[in-house]
Amino acid sequence: MTNIKKLAQLVKELEDQFVVCIRCGMCQSVCPLFEQTKKEADVARGKLALLDGLMNRMFSNPEGASERLNRCLLCGSCASNCPSGVNVLEIFIKARIILTEYKGLSRTKKIIFRNILSKPKTFNRLMKWAGHFQGIFTKKNKNSQGTSCARLISPLLSNRNFMPVATEPFHEHLPKLDTVSSRSRLKVAFFTGCLIDKIFPKIAKDCIDVFHYHDIGVFIPENQGCCGIPALASGDLKTFEQLVEHHVDLFENNSFDYLITACATCTSTIKKLWPAIYKGNQNRVQNFVEHLSEKTLDINQFLVANIKIDSSHTDGDTDKEIVTYHDPCHLKKSLGIFKEPRQILNASGIKLIEMESPDKCCGMGGSFNLFHYDISSKIGTLKYESIVKTSCKTVATGCPACMMQISDMLAKNKSNINVKHPIELYANNLKSKEGLDKD
Amino acid sequence: MIDHFLVDEFENIVGLPYVLTDIEDMVTYSYDAAVLDPVTPLAAIMPGNSEELGQIIKICNENNLPLTIRGAGTNLSGGTIPSATGIVILTSRLNSIIEINKQDMYAVVQPGVVTATLSEAVEKKGLFYPPDPGSQAVSTLGGNIAENAGGLRGLKYGVTKDYVMGLEFFDAAGRHIKTGSKTVKCATGYNLSGLMVGSEGTLGVIDKIILKLLPLPSHRKSMVAVFNNMEQASETVAAIIANRIIPATLEILDNFTIRAVEAFSNAGLPVDAAALLLIEVDGHPAVVQEDGEKIETLCRKLGAVNIKIAANDQERDKIWAARRSALSALAKLKPTLVLEDVTVPRSRIPDMVKALQQIAKDFKIDIGTFGHAGDGNLHPTILTDKRDVKEWKRVEMAIEAIFEKALAMDGTLSGEHGTGLAKLPFLEKEVGKATIAFSQQLRKALDPNKILNPGKVTGIF
Ligand SMILES: Cc1cc2nc3c(=O)[nH]c(=O)nc-3n(C[C@H](O)[C@H](O)[C@H](O)COP(=O)(O)OP(=O)(O)OC[C@H]3O[C@@H](n4cnc5c(N)ncnc54)[C@H](O)[C@@H]3O)c2cc1C
Ligand code: SF4
Ligand code: SF4
Repeated sequence: MTNIKKLAQLVKELEDQFVVCIRCGMCQSVCPLFEQTKKEADVARGKLALLDGLMNRMFSNPEGASERLNRCLLCGSCASNCPSGVNVLEIFIKARIILTEYKGLSRTKKIIFRNILSKPKTFNRLMKWAGHFQGIFTKKNKNSQGTSCARLISPLLSNRNFMPVATEPFHEHLPKLDTVSSRSRLKVAFFTGCLIDKIFPKIAKDCIDVFHYHDIGVFIPENQGCCGIPALASGDLKTFEQLVEHHVDLFENNSFDYLITACATCTSTIKKLWPAIYKGNQNRVQNFVEHLSEKTLDINQFLVANIKIDSSHTDGDTDKEIVTYHDPCHLKKSLGIFKEPRQILNASGIKLIEMESPDKCCGMGGSFNLFHYDISSKIGTLKYESIVKTSCKTVATGCPACMMQISDMLAKNKSNINVKHPIELYANNLKSKEGLDKD
Repeated sequence: MIDHFLVDEFENIVGLPYVLTDIEDMVTYSYDAAVLDPVTPLAAIMPGNSEELGQIIKICNENNLPLTIRGAGTNLSGGTIPSATGIVILTSRLNSIIEINKQDMYAVVQPGVVTATLSEAVEKKGLFYPPDPGSQAVSTLGGNIAENAGGLRGLKYGVTKDYVMGLEFFDAAGRHIKTGSKTVKCATGYNLSGLMVGSEGTLGVIDKIILKLLPLPSHRKSMVAVFNNMEQASETVAAIIANRIIPATLEILDNFTIRAVEAFSNAGLPVDAAALLLIEVDGHPAVVQEDGEKIETLCRKLGAVNIKIAANDQERDKIWAARRSALSALAKLKPTLVLEDVTVPRSRIPDMVKALQQIAKDFKIDIGTFGHAGDGNLHPTILTDKRDVKEWKRVEMAIEAIFEKALAMDGTLSGEHGTGLAKLPFLEKEVGKATIAFSQQLRKALDPNKILNPGKVTGIF
């Protein structure tokens, strides 16, 4: 019953939000998907018209509309270029929830999301299992991204270069942490996020090292899970709510100044989608989610705002490593963060060379990549081409999902360019300055 | 429902993925940027080359199947709202720039090339394609020609029609017609390009376009003049032109728009000002210098309380970013936005602006006005919520009142957005019965099966 009430409320909110679209079509100029397919149903204007049709009961069968709504990278390029300020992402997410509730989840997704994602312990166990056994399924490619081709299952996966699951996820390396700072008195909570925990644990380790170096207290509660975006993107409200509430329990009774993540997608989900979905609930969870949203910062943004970062890079230093930076959609377009990662890079002893359209979407789009790998790769190839043109040695980006996509594209093209998070480069530089071991 | 045999035929021509018939896809081709009710077509087809385009048109003609050509679907007059018993042909795959000729200064393009894509490509070669509609990042050149689109540079450089040197198009029977040439002059046959410009897909389907290019101006100077009353601003516009200075751009923003832009972008605009003039001169450095100074003197003499001259490219970009954000800023105020484009002889701009302010008051609606003051083309922008039935009624009455005022001043209903469906009911008032009958006859002769974008411009014939 409560669910039906919630749904009705969502439909109402949705309607108020999508009438704002004036059908000007300006989103066509920036939608990476439309650029490939030239189909109006792939761009925001078309999808909003579809929703309008759905709400007016134009379709007896919502399947077709929902399939089209799911063909979207949720990159937010449209929203950031929209003259009318249509909150496209929130609308699409809510629409997916409504449609999913309406249709019931598909069987496979039900199993994945309800049983695995919503119970962090099971998820961790499963991923660990996969980590130990991946050697059987995949062979290590000798390339600098450390991806491995899914050898046995590759017909199924169209030669995707999967990032291997780390043998030791971050939460095993460091299950929990609670330190205080001696001088700065600053304390942060760290939200690891699935991809960093399981695929890029080194980023989390570097973050912790950077916090220590700058004398910042860190709180990491045990048993963290997923921020909920995969569930939300497939319209699974129940799993999403379980995840949010799980984290509210973990963080609620602890004091910290900021909640930091190194994952652009987690940051924008916690900052924007958590409060958007809980809006109007007026209960303990809603209150805390609002509060947390205000405290949540991307790691680059946090460092630039709170630590004196020396980003006065010296030009003409020719022997420095050339690095280019890709703007994750969820940092630049969702949160307006694009200066800070560059400041961090400029303070990392490298030479930053910009690529053409650094803020163009890489084509990952979460599950979009899984279901529409062909188009996703075409978009990714454009990114690959602009990266290569910079003659860089490393491409940096602040989102592990983008890192996976870019690694896949580079590996496919047999490139030797490394893919790193800005924090990895920053930490590396600190360590080399300190004369510590680099890794 | 569309006949299965026809779908098969279309699929044979363009390939399976390029024929869409699902209701969900049809919904996405049922509208454009005009505030009008959507109509879903039977099919949408994406031809990949000229031959395919010609064959599709032929089939439509043989089967009396109405067709509407759609570029980017950004027109503001309902020109791409299809017929419920017809199909939509998309030009999005016909998007190559065939040639940019530096020596003879022309470009040959397919109709689906996006306006800004061409501008950027020619600028890389030191050339200039001046027409720059506000929608240039998405609008297609085919759509620009079919609407005779204008832009910010209209005053000095004219509009799309001034750049069309030649066209190739299909008539209703699918025959391939050629007109004009790559030469600067051409006097063979009728000037069919002139007929096709502004024809809104009702006389033929444009397939190839030869466009005139200019050398890129070497210098530019931009400035903003602040006025405490509208009359002074309008008089200044008239005075600049009377003094034989033709700026590339001469734009006006009224107080309502200034406040909206400032709230939206914090650009530092004076929110108390009654009007702003944004001016740019371009060309030879000496001329730019001289014209710039003359304009400054005129503005001061006629009451400008402040004049800011852009000292560098950054400041220049800031001025034009403020102008370009006018529509966005207004759009954010209310859900529905109706963008009009009445145009009056430029000496009547003060009267028209005053009339618009009165109309907003009379009908109790919000109107922000900005536009191309230099060529008399204003964009009164009505902000409303279409779901509010009572207010919508008042909006419709206000639009009629605006049209009447414009016509009474020897103006026109539309400077650049076209007739389509939106202005159709008012057309007779501007041009008279005979003109409409003549146009209908023309269509009857050229398109006996009435397949080309029926219902638009001249109404049913
Ligand atoms: C935000 C915004 C700002 C705008 N600013 C301006 C402006 O400053 N100046 C201005 O003039 N307009 C402006 N417009 C209106 C619009 O962008 C122009 O009319 C533009 O020329 C339409 O191009 P399109 O590709 O979208 O054409 P569509 O909307 O797709 O089509 C327009 C008409 O052309 C016909 N057509 C399209 N392609 C062909 C073809 N190949 N052969 C025959 N007929 C064809 C269609 O059938 C239709 O009747 C603006 C619109 C918006 C939304
Ligand atoms: S840019 Fe915004 S208002 Fe314009 S069509 Fe796209 S979503 Fe709608
Ligand atoms: S979110 Fe990205 S992919 Fe989806 S409609 Fe917007 S721009 Fe296109």
